[in-house]
Amino acid sequence: MLSTLLIASLAILAIAVLGCMYRLLAGPSVPDRIAALDTIGVILLSMIAILCMLLKTSAYFEIILVIGILTFIGTTAFARYIERGVVLDDGDGKSNR
Amino acid sequence: MMETVSLIGEWAIGLLVLAGAIIAALSVFGLIRFEDVYLRAHAATKSATLSVMFILTAAFLYFAFYLGEISIKLLLGIVFVFLTGPVAGHLNGRAAYRSGVSLWSGSVHDDMKAALKKEREGVRKKSK
Repeated sequence: MLSTLLIASLAILAIAVLGCMYRLLAGPSVPDRIAALDTIGVILLSMIAILCMLLKTSAYFEIILVIGILTFIGTTAFARYIERGVVLDDGDGKSNR
Repeated sequence: MMETVSLIGEWAIGLLVLAGAIIAALSVFGLIRFEDVYLRAHAATKSATLSVMFILTAAFLYFAFYLGEISIKLLLGIVFVFLTGPVAGHLNGRAAYRSGVSLWSGSVHDDMKAALKKEREGVRKKSK
């Protein structure tokens, strides 16, 4: 019973990732694509949590944490890049190139 | 007796996961259908975070009750997603406004325009 519900949820999440892919490819501006990428990462994280329950193993919990951290760092880096033109600067708004 | 409790727990966890998946699907529906990047950030940030927290909570309960394993890593993941999801959405929206992505033509109110203009004039005076 539980595994049926879990597999149905996995299917719904896979369709959701496809919708995000549409926005990622078609989005008119760069921040649209970044928001879609962020959502894909977050959905991937919950898919791995469901996979853990389905396989009854706790081996993939580290992957949940790593994907969460990488999604956040990636969104932050992209946002800084489109705002200032560089990822790292001196903190005074000027680039260090 | 124990079997009944176990069955109810399975149903509760399964429905929690299903609710999370449906919320994620609705969030992506908003991401596709809304008009500009700020409205889309509204759909993508809040409800996606809620769906992940539902599913991770269900996983935590499943591992705690059925496999007898209290997982600190999952709790850490829940707290981390709860903290960073809205922050990432805010950063993305701020970068979008400052890099000049225009609002939807049906938007009626824009407080940020005046504030940003004042800030830029201040910077220009300081640099002279």
